[in-house]
Amino acid sequence: MLRISLDKLDELFSAISEKQTLYIPADRSDGAAEFQKWCDGMKLSKNLNTVRSAKDFFFPQTENLVDFKLSGKNIEIKDIRSEAEDFVVFGVRACDARSFTILDKVFLSDPVDTYYQNRRMHGTVVTMACTRPSETCFCTAFGIDPTAPEGDAACFSDDKFLYIKANNDKGEAFVSSVSSLFEDGDTAKLDEVQAKTKEILNKLPLAGLSTDSFGGDKLNELFGSDKWAELSESCIGCGTCTFVCPTCQCYDIKDFNTGREIKRFRCWDSCMYSDFTKMAHGNPRLTQLERFRQRFMHKLVYFPANNDGEFGCVGCGRCLSKCPISMNIVKVMKALEVK
Amino acid sequence: MNNETLIPHIGVVNDIRIDTPDVKTFRVVSPEGGKVFEHMPGQCAMLSIPGVGEGMFSITSSPTNKEFMEFSIKKCGCLTTWLHLMDVGQQITIRGPYGNAFPVETELKNKDLLFIAGGIGLAPLRSVINYVRDKRANYGDVQIVYGSRSKQDLVDYDEILSEWMKDDNISVNLTIDNPQDDWDGHVGFVPNYVKELQPSTNKTVLVCGPPIMIKFTLAALKELGFDETQVYTTMELRMKCGVGKCGRCNIGNKYVCKDGPVFRCDELGELPDEY
Amino acid sequence: MQEAIINRAKQLLADGTVNRVIGWKKGEFAYDITPAVFETAAEIDADFVYDEFTAANVSKYLIKESKKDGRILAFLKPCDTYSFNQLIKEHRIVRENVYIVGIPCDGKLDAEKIRQNGITGIRTVSNNNGILKIDTIYGEETMNFDEAVSERCSVCKSKKHVVYDELIGDDGEIADSGRFDMVEKLENMTAQERYDFWREQLSKCIRCNACRNVCPACTCEKCVFDNDNSGVANKAAADSFEENMFHIIRAFHVAGRCTDCGECSRVCPQNIPLHLLNRKFIKDINSLYGEYQAGADTDSRAPLTDYKESDCEPSVVHERGTE
Repeated sequence: MLRISLDKLDELFSAISEKQTLYIPADRSDGAAEFQKWCDGMKLSKNLNTVRSAKDFFFPQTENLVDFKLSGKNIEIKDIRSEAEDFVVFGVRACDARSFTILDKVFLSDPVDTYYQNRRMHGTVVTMACTRPSETCFCTAFGIDPTAPEGDAACFSDDKFLYIKANNDKGEAFVSSVSSLFEDGDTAKLDEVQAKTKEILNKLPLAGLSTDSFGGDKLNELFGSDKWAELSESCIGCGTCTFVCPTCQCYDIKDFNTGREIKRFRCWDSCMYSDFTKMAHGNPRLTQLERFRQRFMHKLVYFPANNDGEFGCVGCGRCLSKCPISMNIVKVMKALEVK
Repeated sequence: MNNETLIPHIGVVNDIRIDTPDVKTFRVVSPEGGKVFEHMPGQCAMLSIPGVGEGMFSITSSPTNKEFMEFSIKKCGCLTTWLHLMDVGQQITIRGPYGNAFPVETELKNKDLLFIAGGIGLAPLRSVINYVRDKRANYGDVQIVYGSRSKQDLVDYDEILSEWMKDDNISVNLTIDNPQDDWDGHVGFVPNYVKELQPSTNKTVLVCGPPIMIKFTLAALKELGFDETQVYTTMELRMKCGVGKCGRCNIGNKYVCKDGPVFRCDELGELPDEY
Repeated sequence: MQEAIINRAKQLLADGTVNRVIGWKKGEFAYDITPAVFETAAEIDADFVYDEFTAANVSKYLIKESKKDGRILAFLKPCDTYSFNQLIKEHRIVRENVYIVGIPCDGKLDAEKIRQNGITGIRTVSNNNGILKIDTIYGEETMNFDEAVSERCSVCKSKKHVVYDELIGDDGEIADSGRFDMVEKLENMTAQERYDFWREQLSKCIRCNACRNVCPACTCEKCVFDNDNSGVANKAAADSFEENMFHIIRAFHVAGRCTDCGECSRVCPQNIPLHLLNRKFIKDINSLYGEYQAGADTDSRAPLTDYKESDCEPSVVHERGTE
């Protein structure tokens, strides 16, 4: 398998960034990791994952959709779309890589969202296999193998080398563009690391989490469960879970008047917010119970109902560590589970 | 044009009709004249005044009208207040058509039809009614039951009087909530009126109105012996994209903007009661 | 301590003093504890927890809970009692519907700090005289309690309960633990350094509103940032400076009412030290109007809503603003 010494990562990053913009997870001053544009000297984070997911690259928190210029009774529409530049996101974990498949089902299904599609076409996702999963990880519950991540190309590491393999044509092109830095080498040590990681995965506290009680066919029994009141009672109605979630894709569209023109923006929105479904004449989700239920029903029932059984969660565990009141999808699943 | 659904077209408001104290009907054409796009009865469009907001409205004109589209809009919130302030000639943005339509060319064909509307709920049904009137031979009996708070609140009253009621083969039953001096017609709520009228249960029913009116009408129809599979209604929830992606207009796993707004009542019955 | 609390909760439920108990519920791991309302002794036995990770301040929940039927038992840590008092002062809680048992607090741990120390896969944490024994997926680790304690607790302002119906354990004292040290450090920066500091911090904001929604001082029925008619409710930031405005306006709005409970920083998913904005206001109020601690009592007049002839002139602020 192609490999490169971990000491030479700088050279690799430099070579990639010569051709296109490179983003890697790097540590901020507070110690947390965040995808950042690579520049000389930036080191790959040792943190398992970033606070914000990698969905930002394809579905940014805010983006300009279209501009309007008003004059008298007339409106001029300005299509401000432009071809995205080529970029590489390096070090995406298996959970986030799967989230792209889920987002694709939303944004690339008919009618295609061209803003998303544009970035998707120009972005190369290079994933990184996990070796040190955390207690909050449960990607395996959704059939994800963190030791063999998806993405255009996948990387694996032992204590000395970084190994790379292409998963598709785009990945092939990427690997060949940097292959001069790689050498062929045996994977004995890597195999050992992978075997050890798999052992850890089996022993994770959430390893036994089952999705059997969920899915598109469970709509009415789950919607009508009497557990929602208790589960949602301390929810403070913030958007933390939604905004750190790699698969949450709800958005709002708003206009901003700059004084010279009207900018129409799309921005992330959260079904946990009280105004999410508020209309001039009323709101079908009046209390936090209904909003809370919506978020989990969407991921565990509605999404699979519309997408051949695929769940809207990848088990990255971000909501587990970030929810202000530590209420999360795992607790919801365990409470609603039919044993 | 463009290939992105979120980028709208320009529409010109070339006529504004004052229907009721809080409903105006806007006629929209493209800047070059003619319709901005084609639609089927029951479908919707996103109208916007840039800088104010965008909202989903039912297209109330029939697709058989080849010159323009009409929207009957009740002044209710921020955007609708702005729309009501418009003068003729004002440009707005428009995108669509969105959603499914009433199955006028399939399930409804050759059927006896009963339209039941309350208040501004006539707007989406007007599109179907005029479509049916223009293709009259394709449908059986047509009966319309329409009610509003008062005579002044009857949307499209002029058209009802001068056109629908003049059609020999359409029966129109109007009602208002409370008696008033210049009204010698029926007085009472729509659901009760439907019960009084005892319509034949082999009709296919299309209902639209305020949620509470729909609820009681469905109960009345059930009492009269109608089956849920005979009844269609059209829904409204908050929408932003119109194409099933922004995630807010769902009832269970169905998006009102994409899978609706028209639902047969048995389909609706299978979904959670969250609308 | 947990046992004493649980026993007392069950007694008060049994003798009818209260019909509900608000406290904390166990999670999957050591640290993921959820505020919860318990209605029966069985529920309490099954899930009630009070330990180094029960950090959430439950005072704000009492706005809603105190309006329900019956009386609720609330276990309040010293700093929570300040929030409670402030809410009483603002007429947000029905006092007679809450029975307060003050409970001691020796500082709460911050799981994030443990992770930042390179310890991952945390399962359980136990405290042996200031040394944490942390059981992880990757074996046992140790860490000093003081290094893992949350920032707000490391500079605890008070271990004294300012309101309670009864206490478990002895009451503590108001502490002088240097909570304004970091504010002073910021004050001593140049304007550019300070601007850079806040831009770096606030640019991390994802506008999740967790700080606002958890804040016991943020109790507006309809926040100006959620009000479409306010003109500032635009979720789509046209400029990243909008997030900065959100936090600055919020800090202004809670000025003189913020008790420095530190919940804003605890819940921030991006580790923004939001409490520093509030502390700056507290420090300024102290120096401009005399020592004042919001929530210390329920009847004093707050400096920013009171007028005294001795109040400083607005020009003082102007002078301080120049550099």
